[in-house]
Amino acid sequence: MAKRIDITDLDVYYGAFKAVEGVNLAVEPQSVTALIGPSGCGKSTVLRTINRMHEVLPGARVEGKVLLDGEDIYGVDIDPVNVRRVIGMVFQRPNPFPTMSIYGNVVAGIKLEKGRRSKKADTDELVEKSLRGANLWEEVKDRLDRPGAGLSGGQQQRLCIARAIAVEPQVLLMDEPCSALDPISTLAIEDLISQLRERFTIVIVTHNMQQAARISETTAFFNLPGPGKPGKLVEIGPTQRMFSNPTQKATEDYISGRFG
Amino acid sequence: MSLAPPPIHNQTIDIHEVLAGRRLPRWGVPSAAAAAVVVAVLLNALGIYGGVAQTTIATILLFVVGQTIWSFVIEGRRHAMDRLATTTIYATFLLALVPLLWILFTVVQRGISVLSADFFSSSMRNVSPRRPGGGIWHALIGTIEQVLMATLIAVPIGLLVAIYLVEFGRGRLATFVSFFVDVMTGVPSIVAGLFIYTGLILALGMERSGFAASLALVLLMLPVVVRTAEEMLKLVPTDLREAAYALGVPKWITILRIVVPTALSGIITGVMLAVARVAGETAPLLLTTFLTQGVNWDLFNGPQAALPTFIWDQISSGTTASVDRAWGGAFVLILFVALLYIGARLLARVFAPKAR
Repeated sequence: MAKRIDITDLDVYYGAFKAVEGVNLAVEPQSVTALIGPSGCGKSTVLRTINRMHEVLPGARVEGKVLLDGEDIYGVDIDPVNVRRVIGMVFQRPNPFPTMSIYGNVVAGIKLEKGRRSKKADTDELVEKSLRGANLWEEVKDRLDRPGAGLSGGQQQRLCIARAIAVEPQVLLMDEPCSALDPISTLAIEDLISQLRERFTIVIVTHNMQQAARISETTAFFNLPGPGKPGKLVEIGPTQRMFSNPTQKATEDYISGRFG
Repeated sequence: MSLAPPPIHNQTIDIHEVLAGRRLPRWGVPSAAAAAVVVAVLLNALGIYGGVAQTTIATILLFVVGQTIWSFVIEGRRHAMDRLATTTIYATFLLALVPLLWILFTVVQRGISVLSADFFSSSMRNVSPRRPGGGIWHALIGTIEQVLMATLIAVPIGLLVAIYLVEFGRGRLATFVSFFVDVMTGVPSIVAGLFIYTGLILALGMERSGFAASLALVLLMLPVVVRTAEEMLKLVPTDLREAAYALGVPKWITILRIVVPTALSGIITGVMLAVARVAGETAPLLLTTFLTQGVNWDLFNGPQAALPTFIWDQISSGTTASVDRAWGGAFVLILFVALLYIGARLLARVFAPKAR
């Protein structure tokens, strides 16, 4: 079942530089939470700490707690690889594996885990389920063995989503998934997110405030207090209220377009 | 008096005059070339210089100068400079091609007469250097075996070092390794041979053999393989690695099943180029396996012939028959290297990540 995430007193560092400070954030299960804010305020950084992708960069580290259903994913005996199997991620630029076919891309998460062997019938079923889940099945069902790179941008991004959900994570993180896509593909992905929310907890970073208003139930606004200072979570609340009646001045300024 | 151009609405300007630029006519360049040829030949006939080479150089110079001046007058400075640069680049390219084509032509011409089924299937055992006959069979086997063994050793080691440098190396060790790989690129081939000779053959009592030659070739191949593999692995976008990590794929599987296959096409090309480079090295072979006139299938025991040493040996004999055989050997060696290059291109295309 989709899980909840609780972030407590999170500080995120790149080496000695503190990029984000004091984040306290709760993500409800089976909901869409949007992280918004101006460029460079740390929203993607915070997103990447949720599935422990942040520490892939040399020297990057985290202080504080990130709890998945009460379990701290930064605990000493927790394997980051396992965390990433439960918390999946879709990136800004679609990145299907170029050496694999569409079929191969969807099952990559399963096939590449050590020791997992599955029968052809099982994987066929999984591929269809994942591609249907990503609203891509009808378009590619006749060319599953063609290269993944031959699809359009919107299709590639849906392929990446199919790949991410094929490993059946509990949480799906999306880092500006539509910013590289045209408006029609963006609409397709947003419709998809509305369907996916029934199965997964979704956290999405977006530059596009209107998108956040369209698809999320909760919105969190991040901001940089000043140049060289760490980013902070300014306000979090139900999307409706955030966009019509924010409590913080900075939030209101950002939402009404006075900066950002 | 203001230096700024008068405002446009105060002046009737001919917009055509502003935008237009004159160009040489279509027949301009060919006629300049033809004129250059005619003048050069004329000057040759008049005795100012003599010979095909000098006439050719004169033609080129006349053409370049004539075209540039004509272009400057009609088209203006910018186009004239453009034409000058283009022509100079083409001319120097052709000039660089001349020695290459000359070598190829000479080798084919001198070597092809010696080639025959016998040439490929017999060795030089019991063949007198003064007489025609004999062949390169022993040398061909030797080169193939030695180069293959060198590849089998150099490629896995080189690939692993490259993977370490790109995926893991962060600190002093990586800088150290990278530096020494660069140093190894510059090691002369005779020094590589000398190292194997003193280090293994003299000090450890290892026998002179084709295998010793392979080891010397490994020393020469290794830095090339490491550098090429490193460059190819670096070209794999970080996006792909992140996509794999985000799926929960462990790092070693990501490297093995995503990164290396994506870079494979380029790595194969690099490997084949390294092989082509060492296939013709003579100095390390002289010190490690020397030569023999007969066939030796055993890579690990006894001296073994190879194409480069065969060529050297035949030329040293000095007789017409031997020199002919040397040209034949040279032809086969160049053919071998050419086949490797072509094979590299084909394999690169087969393994390249497909877009459609």
